[in-house]
Amino acid sequence: MPESRLITVQVNGKAVSVPAGSMVSAAMLKAGDLCRVSVTGEPRSALCGMGICFECRAVINGVAHSRSCQVACREGMTVETQR
Amino acid sequence: MSMRWDVLIVGAGPAGMAAAVAASRGRLRVAVLDDNAAAGGQIWRRGLGETAEPAKQKMLHAFKECGAVLLAGRRVVQAPEPGVLEAWCDETNVLERYHYDRLILATGARERFLPFPGWTLPGVMGAGGLQALVRGGYDVRGKRVVVAGTGPLLMAVAAHLKHDGAKVVAICEQASMARMLPFAAQLAKKPSKILQAVALGANLRGVSYKTGCWPVAAIGNGRLQHVELTDGRRRWTEQCDLLACGFHLVPNLELPLLFGCRVENDAVAVNAMQQTSVAGVYCAGEPTGIAGVDAALLQGEIAGLAAAGNTGGAEKLVARSKAERAFGEAMTSAFRLRDEVLRLCDANTIVCRCEDVSYGSLKALADEKNNWTDAKLLTRCGMGPCQGRVCGPAVEALFGWKNASVRPPVFPVPIAAFITEPQSEFDNQQALQEMQ
Repeated sequence: MPESRLITVQVNGKAVSVPAGSMVSAAMLKAGDLCRVSVTGEPRSALCGMGICFECRAVINGVAHSRSCQVACREGMTVETQR
Repeated sequence: MSMRWDVLIVGAGPAGMAAAVAASRGRLRVAVLDDNAAAGGQIWRRGLGETAEPAKQKMLHAFKECGAVLLAGRRVVQAPEPGVLEAWCDETNVLERYHYDRLILATGARERFLPFPGWTLPGVMGAGGLQALVRGGYDVRGKRVVVAGTGPLLMAVAAHLKHDGAKVVAICEQASMARMLPFAAQLAKKPSKILQAVALGANLRGVSYKTGCWPVAAIGNGRLQHVELTDGRRRWTEQCDLLACGFHLVPNLELPLLFGCRVENDAVAVNAMQQTSVAGVYCAGEPTGIAGVDAALLQGEIAGLAAAGNTGGAEKLVARSKAERAFGEAMTSAFRLRDEVLRLCDANTIVCRCEDVSYGSLKALADEKNNWTDAKLLTRCGMGPCQGRVCGPAVEALFGWKNASVRPPVFPVPIAAFITEPQSEFDNQQALQEMQ
């Protein structure tokens, strides 16, 4: 992967740096954090990568149920596991 | 003031872009809606710092130059009356209304997922899914990946992952070599496809490609650590960080169904001009039957020409389009699911990931001759935010349940979408000016 400018987002309070243009899902996967917890309490993370499965839902800048694979990272963004 | 598009296209993948380029030759007002941030669709999804392949570059260039307006980041959610559709724009949080004379649906395909024990563990992803996530900036350098399932996508994904620095442990294709031979014979008739296959093979040197082999369980404590595989005779375990697993593709039929297009054999029925059963509505690419990018480009061009009134031009492409259709049929046959992959679930395996509905509860209903509507009402299977896009094709494969209806909104949108009046002509004009 060629070097490009890094941007830093907060994933569950941890600073994670990813190349500019990365999706929020990439930052969550890099952090090793869950995207969401299912209705029966199972850990879940991204599945389809194209915005249809809704498994990568997270709280992005306070907006619940945002599909992290469809939202690009912005400097200073806060991301939390959807519980 | 009132803005009506001569040709409105849904989907900016290969079929939609080819349709836009072809329709724009007739000096018509053409717009393309897409739910992604950029044109290209899934197969031509842009990766960070990635150099586009020549076919994609050529089409993207033609698309940019053709004069059609790309309206990205829009999800079509309903069609309140003929000639009108409404789309939700995530960026502005506005429901937009579009008027059109002719509509071309180029909604593409998605991966088919089949449930098996452990498939909901983080680290288990779609094959195309993992590729899309990597293109979205996920760094897989040094990760051990098993690629499994079925279809030509597995090899393409494995080659990309290897190129991106992942350690591809194995590619497990459920189809037997015997089943794939007729497909290989079809491939042999097409020099361009042979070149693609050879290039893929070269990139995958040193990676084991096992046919007649499939996953039986994903194992791990909170996240994937091992995958159990079988060739039908013995079982073995591979340690891995990621399992990229998809079972070929299924067409995205939600919008064609919403518009009332007739569906036959799980595909939108079209004539040689890509015209559906609904007047003024055309369909091109994977929704008319999974056949790959070359078929999509041809069908898109035919639909674009036909929608622009140039049937003479479209007719010249029909023979080539039919040949690509035959290629698609050979592919579908080669990668047909074996019975064993439909018997992987145990009673507790989750089938519907949105609502956590287990195989056991659905099997009990299937045994009592219930249909999917019954199952939805009794278990909430398919009633979550994905609206059955993931579990629908799975329960069809497992129990023969077919999705009988599509209701608006065909994609979840905030309630705000329905509180205010949809915005229409003025905003479309503004979008047009922004583009110019």
